[in-house]
Amino acid sequence: MATPISQAAPSYEARTRPSHVVGWIALAAVALIALPLVLPSYQVSITTQILIFSVLAMSIDVLAGYGGRTTLGHGAIFGASTYVVIYWTAVLGGGIWTGVALGILCATLLAAVFALLAIRTSGVYFLLLTLALGMIVWGLCLRWTSVTGGENGLRGIGRPEFIADHISFYYAVLLVVAPVTWAMWRFVHSPFGLTLRGIRDSESRMRSLGYNVPLHLFIAFVASGFFAGIAGALYALFNNFVSPSTVQLSQSVAALLMAITGGVGTLLGSFVGATLIIALENVVSAFTARWPTVLGVTFVLIMIFAPEGVVGRVRILLSRRRKRQSSESLN
Amino acid sequence: MTGINLFQILNGLTFAALLFIVASGFTLIFGLLRIVNLAHGALYLIGGLAGYSVAEASGSAALGAVAAMALVALLGAVLERGLMRFVRGAELRQVLLTLGVAFILDDIALVIWGGDTFTVPVPAMLQGAMQIGGVFYPKFRIFVLALGVIVFAALWLLLNHTRLGALIRAGVDDPEMVEASGINIRRVFLGTFMLGCALAGLGGVIGGAFLTLYPTADAEILVFSLAVVIIGGRGSLVGAAVGALLVGLLNSIGRVMFPELAYFVIFGPMALLLAFRPLGLFGKTA
Repeated sequence: MATPISQAAPSYEARTRPSHVVGWIALAAVALIALPLVLPSYQVSITTQILIFSVLAMSIDVLAGYGGRTTLGHGAIFGASTYVVIYWTAVLGGGIWTGVALGILCATLLAAVFALLAIRTSGVYFLLLTLALGMIVWGLCLRWTSVTGGENGLRGIGRPEFIADHISFYYAVLLVVAPVTWAMWRFVHSPFGLTLRGIRDSESRMRSLGYNVPLHLFIAFVASGFFAGIAGALYALFNNFVSPSTVQLSQSVAALLMAITGGVGTLLGSFVGATLIIALENVVSAFTARWPTVLGVTFVLIMIFAPEGVVGRVRILLSRRRKRQSSESLN
Repeated sequence: MTGINLFQILNGLTFAALLFIVASGFTLIFGLLRIVNLAHGALYLIGGLAGYSVAEASGSAALGAVAAMALVALLGAVLERGLMRFVRGAELRQVLLTLGVAFILDDIALVIWGGDTFTVPVPAMLQGAMQIGGVFYPKFRIFVLALGVIVFAALWLLLNHTRLGALIRAGVDDPEMVEASGINIRRVFLGTFMLGCALAGLGGVIGGAFLTLYPTADAEILVFSLAVVIIGGRGSLVGAAVGALLVGLLNSIGRVMFPELAYFVIFGPMALLLAFRPLGLFGKTA
C-alpha cells in the first residue's frame, strides 16, 4: 500500500468548469510573456530559475501525487542531465543540442535503472531506496574526479548567441516549459494517469482488476525521469556550471519541498511551490547565510501544519464551500 | 601481497564495525518504532563534533564519547517529544520531517564548528600498532572491531533476554495491549529512540577518530547506513551486522581496486539483492 503524504486533494475536474481553466491559463500566459517587460534583468533570471525548477517539481509530482511514490532521487536524475550536457559541450567539444538530447536521454536511462530497482517497493522503503540511489550518484560525481572534476565541478561553454542574454533565454525556457507542462498535464489526465491514481489509492484492487501495476509504475517513473532530464538540461544552459552540489540530496529535497508546498497531486501547484521556495531562498540569502536552516525549518513546519500544500489547501477550502452552498441551496 | 590483502580485510572489518554501530541505531528505530530517522547522519556528525570538543577540553576521549552519546540522546528526546508527536502515524510526513531536522542540525554544526576537518584524539593506551598475522595494524581499529562486537552482543541481549526488550517487542506488535497492562508504552518508545540516537553519537566519536569529521561526513555515513539497512532488512539486528560486514568489506576492496568508483562497488550488490529480495536479506513485511 502506498501511503500518500496527505489526504488526496479533491480532483481538479470535479470542481472547475473548463471555461475557467482556459481563462486562468490565458491570464497566466499573458503574465509570463509580459514579465520581462516590467521586471529588472536579475528578477527575470530568477523567474527563469523558477520555471526550470517547476518542471523538476512537476516531474516529482507525477510520481508522488499520481503514482503514490514519493521520491528523493530526482535531484540526481536532474543533475545527471546537467552533467552530461556540460561534459559533452565543454570537455568533449560536442554541439550543444546534441548535448541536450544526450543529457535528457541519460537522465531517462538513469531513471529506468532507478525504476527497475525501486518499483517493487512503496512508501517509506521507496523513499529510502531512491534516496540511497541518488546519493550514490552524488558520491560518484564527487569521487570520479577524472570525469566530473570532483568538488571543483565543470564549467560550461555558455549559451548559443541567440539566447545568451537573460531575456531571450527566459523566452526560450518559457517556450520549452509550456509544452512540457502541457505534456505532463495530458500524461496525468490520460487513462494511463487515471490508472496510476488507481494504483496510488489501492494497489491490490488494481492488480485484481488485471492491471500490470509494476509496468505502470515503471513507465511513470521513466516518464518522470524524462521530464526531470529536460529540467536538468535547461539548468545546464541556465547555470553554465555543474558540481556535486547539483546532484546532492538538498537538490532532491528542495524540489520535493516545492512539489509539496504547491500541493502533491495538483501538478500545476508546483509552479506556486517553486515560486515560494525560490523567492524565500533569495530573500533569506540577502540577509543571512543560513539558508539550509531556513529550508529545514520550512520543511518541518509544512510537514506539521500544511502537508497538503497551498493549492491542495485552497482546493479543500473551495470544495467545502461548494458543499456548504449546495446544502444551503437544497434547504 | 598477502600482507596487503590482510590489511585490506582488517580495514573492511573495522569499517564494518563502525557501520554496524551507526546502522544498528538506525535499524532499531526503523524496525521497532516504524520511524525512519533521516537525521541519523546529522546526529552522528553532531555527536562526533561534540565528542571532539569535550575530548580536547578534558583530555579524555572516553569522556568525549559519553558526552556525545548523552547530547545526541537528548537531541533525540527533543525530536521525539517535541516534533514527532505532531505527525505520529503518518510515515512519510515523519521521514520528511526528520529530513528537515537533518538540514537544521547540519547547519548548526557548520555554525558552531565551521567547515574544517576534525580528528577526535585517540586515548594513549590505544595509540600505536600491534602485530596481527604478520601485519602491523593500528590498535585503535582493533578496539573499534571489538566494540562493534560488544554493541551487537549487548543489543541482542537487551532485545531478546531482558524485560525491557520484551516490552519493546510487545509494544511493536500491539501497543494498546501493553498500555492496558499498565505500562507507559510511550516512555518505552522514547527510551528506544534515545538509545538509537545515542548509538549514532557513539559512532560519530569513533568515526571521528579514524575517518575524521567534515561537513559532508553526515551524508556519507547516512548513505552507508541506508545501504546496510536496505541490504539487511529493516529492524533486523542480524541483518544490520551482515549488511555492515558486506558493505564494509566491499567498500575497502572497492577502494583499492577502483579508487574512483568505490561507491559503485557497494551499489552493485545492493541492486542485485533488491532484484530478488526487495525487503532485504532479513526483512519481513510490515
